[in-house]
Amino acid sequence: MELLLALTIGILVACAVYLMLDRNVIRFLFGLILLSNAANLLIFLSGRLTAGAPPLIDEGLYAPTGVVANALPQALVLTAIVIGFGLLAFTLALVYRTYRSLGTVNSDEMRVAEPVAQEARR
Amino acid sequence: MAEDYPKVDRVMGGVAGLISIAVPAVLFLYFIMLAPQIAMDAQVWAAEWVPSLGISLSVLMDGLSLTFALLITGIGTAVTLYSAQYLGDHPDYPRFVSYLLMFMVGMLGLVLAGNLITLFVFWEVTTIASYLLIGFNADSAKSRRSALQALLVTGTGGLVMLAGMIILGSVVGSFEIAEILGSGDMIRAHPWYMAILLLFLAGAFTKSAQFPLHFWLPNAMAAPTPVSAYLHSATMVKGGIYLMARMNPALGGTSAWFWILVLFGGFTAVFASVLALRQTDIKQVLAYTTLMALGTLTMFIGAGTDYAIIAAMLFLVVHSLYKAALFLVIGIVDHGTGTREAPVLRGLRHAMPLTALAAALAAISMAGIPPMIGFIGKEFMYKAGLGLPGLGAAWVTVMIFAASVLMFVVAGIVALRPFMGELAKTPKPAHEGPWPMLAGPLVLGALSLLFGILPSTVGFYFVAPATRAVLGMDAEVHLYLWGGFNAALLLSVLTFLAGWLIYRRHEAIRARLAVAEAKAPNFDRGWDNVLDGLKALAAWQTRLIQTGSLQRYMAVMFATFALLVGATLILRGGMGSGINYDAEGVHPIQWTVLALIAMGAGLSTWTSSRMTAITALGVVGIGVALLFIIFSAPDVAITQLLVEVLVVVLVALVMLRLPHLPSRAKSGFRAGHAAIAAAVGLVTTAVMIAVLQTPFDRRLTDFFEIASYPDAHGRNIVNVILVDFRATDTFGEIVVVVIAAIAAYALLRGAPGASPTPAGEPGARGEEEKA
Repeated sequence: MELLLALTIGILVACAVYLMLDRNVIRFLFGLILLSNAANLLIFLSGRLTAGAPPLIDEGLYAPTGVVANALPQALVLTAIVIGFGLLAFTLALVYRTYRSLGTVNSDEMRVAEPVAQEARR
Repeated sequence: MAEDYPKVDRVMGGVAGLISIAVPAVLFLYFIMLAPQIAMDAQVWAAEWVPSLGISLSVLMDGLSLTFALLITGIGTAVTLYSAQYLGDHPDYPRFVSYLLMFMVGMLGLVLAGNLITLFVFWEVTTIASYLLIGFNADSAKSRRSALQALLVTGTGGLVMLAGMIILGSVVGSFEIAEILGSGDMIRAHPWYMAILLLFLAGAFTKSAQFPLHFWLPNAMAAPTPVSAYLHSATMVKGGIYLMARMNPALGGTSAWFWILVLFGGFTAVFASVLALRQTDIKQVLAYTTLMALGTLTMFIGAGTDYAIIAAMLFLVVHSLYKAALFLVIGIVDHGTGTREAPVLRGLRHAMPLTALAAALAAISMAGIPPMIGFIGKEFMYKAGLGLPGLGAAWVTVMIFAASVLMFVVAGIVALRPFMGELAKTPKPAHEGPWPMLAGPLVLGALSLLFGILPSTVGFYFVAPATRAVLGMDAEVHLYLWGGFNAALLLSVLTFLAGWLIYRRHEAIRARLAVAEAKAPNFDRGWDNVLDGLKALAAWQTRLIQTGSLQRYMAVMFATFALLVGATLILRGGMGSGINYDAEGVHPIQWTVLALIAMGAGLSTWTSSRMTAITALGVVGIGVALLFIIFSAPDVAITQLLVEVLVVVLVALVMLRLPHLPSRAKSGFRAGHAAIAAAVGLVTTAVMIAVLQTPFDRRLTDFFEIASYPDAHGRNIVNVILVDFRATDTFGEIVVVVIAAIAAYALLRGAPGASPTPAGEPGARGEEEKA
């Protein structure tokens, strides 16, 4: 299963990268969502997989009995999910605002800071 | 020249002027009092500065340092006194003397530094101060260009030299000059000797303007005249000479040292003397003779015999005295007549007798006529040249003969012709300068005469201690005016004869040189070409690297990531062999979830429909949440589900207001990007596999499992980690989300009301949702 999940992560990353290399910033955004998911899975898998044993301590005990799932990557992934969401929301607002101001979603046409005229002069 | 400025009423330049005169004067007296002690033995004082790097503020005071220090402060006094009159009513005069004093401090620090790194710092101080002084008339473009040229040439040389210093320091194991001078044999035998030598000489040659890096010096004439006098006689350009002399015991004595210095120095001397003849502006004439002097000094330091070093040290004093005096005289002439053109100036001795006297004293020394010290200097140079072995003797003697003849001619052009004959008409009626301007050149001229009459005093206090310092061992120094009839004297007589002949015809020669110069390669224009080339290169590489295309930047970053991580994995053997394909034990549900995720990712990448893409992304998100549930992470799964729903809603909302995706059929398949994407994906999988093959370290997890309940009273370990053990992280996370929300709000609030939708867009919007 670990190997298959590693492959799946690879597929997610490849799709994400291809999307992020698009001139269209909406596709870039889709890539960002995929990459965020891939990263979360990567952290999760690094802590190894354990099926059917959530990291909980039973009533009356001081420590979990037997092998339970690795709690640390779960905590990290939880944080990462929320941060990823914040990043996504901001990027979304940025894309929207850029489109409103510049009338384009093509990153090559966003030339306010580096006008094309500067290149053309040479 | 000074009259053109708005007048400010200041006596002797006011407080600024008095300070600027007092500081070098007091220092000069101090150094004079040290002279008898230094003549006996060198002194070293040290104080820690950056002990961790072996850099100390040590002072090395020997005959060489002292001679330079006396020239710097003595001529400094004359120059500041002169400046108080010359520029005292200039509105920026206080700024000017600040630069001048900074320059003086830099130069003094340079010659007194007992540590290579300290020496370098002061070296750069003189570079910066000279930049400010040459560019003092900042309104003039020529001034700014000259200043920048001096800064870049000498600054670059300085940096190259710093590299040499660091290598030398690491070879010797110390930056203390005293220790370096004591390890000469070890340095010369070291395999890096050649590198050290070349790097040092790059610094010395740029600073002391040796061919082919000489072009900045004549341009530095853009500075006010007193600065030129100072820069050319005692400071700045002598920095390189000082460095070569100082390093002679450590780096000198090899054939590489000999030939580089002798060839470049000799060529510079003669080349510059010829160019001096070509000029009509007498200030420019003098500027080129400075190059001649620097070339001569370089040549004799390179020659390295006892006599050669004596000749060099003697000529150092000779040149500083006459050059400072002549520059100051030219300032008076310029000031008093309004011109510096040699063909115009005639008969000034009638109007300016004292100036004429100072000029005559300095010029006679320059021409090397007895009984001036200049004569002794020339005699020793001939003697040193003739005493060299083999080819060196021929080259040095011929070069110094040629240069001396031309110096004789130039002395006539600068100081004889303008003062002799009938008084000619000048832009301003010629009049004598005021005493503060006359004092300097007269005293300096008188010293040239006095030292000529009393050579043994100069010899004992300055030339002999300096020579010992340069040679690194004892040497017998006996200076005399009359050495009997010998080859040197014969050469001197020949020099006068040849000089006189050329002087008689110098105007015709100048005209012919002007024609030749027009055809010869011009180093100053070459400099411009180099600068233009550099700027073009910068522009080219900026266009190449910073294309302004986000797509290009991303591609480069991803490709770099794949390449570096992939290469590391392969080279470091991260790819083990123990991959066991465990598909047998995979539950069908797990298969299904993985397949959903992969298909969702593929579909969102390929589709041209926004709705399909959002749906596919939702599938990926839900699939990930399912994986979390299967592998015992219920909290994560819940969060993932919530966030996924939010993401889909948000993206769908915003999508309504954004244009459609371009069709994949139209935008086509980007093979290069696909390759990069595949590589990044592959590398990620490979890294993941490599990670899975390393033994798992459970220490942290074990700690959390054991400590969770007893320490934090929580039974959900993940929750305890988040809100207790790593609470600060969680707080940081909340802050990030809040900042993102505020930033998004700010972005959306300021958005323009009307949507600039491209033509044909609004109608298509509703239909797309149904599709």
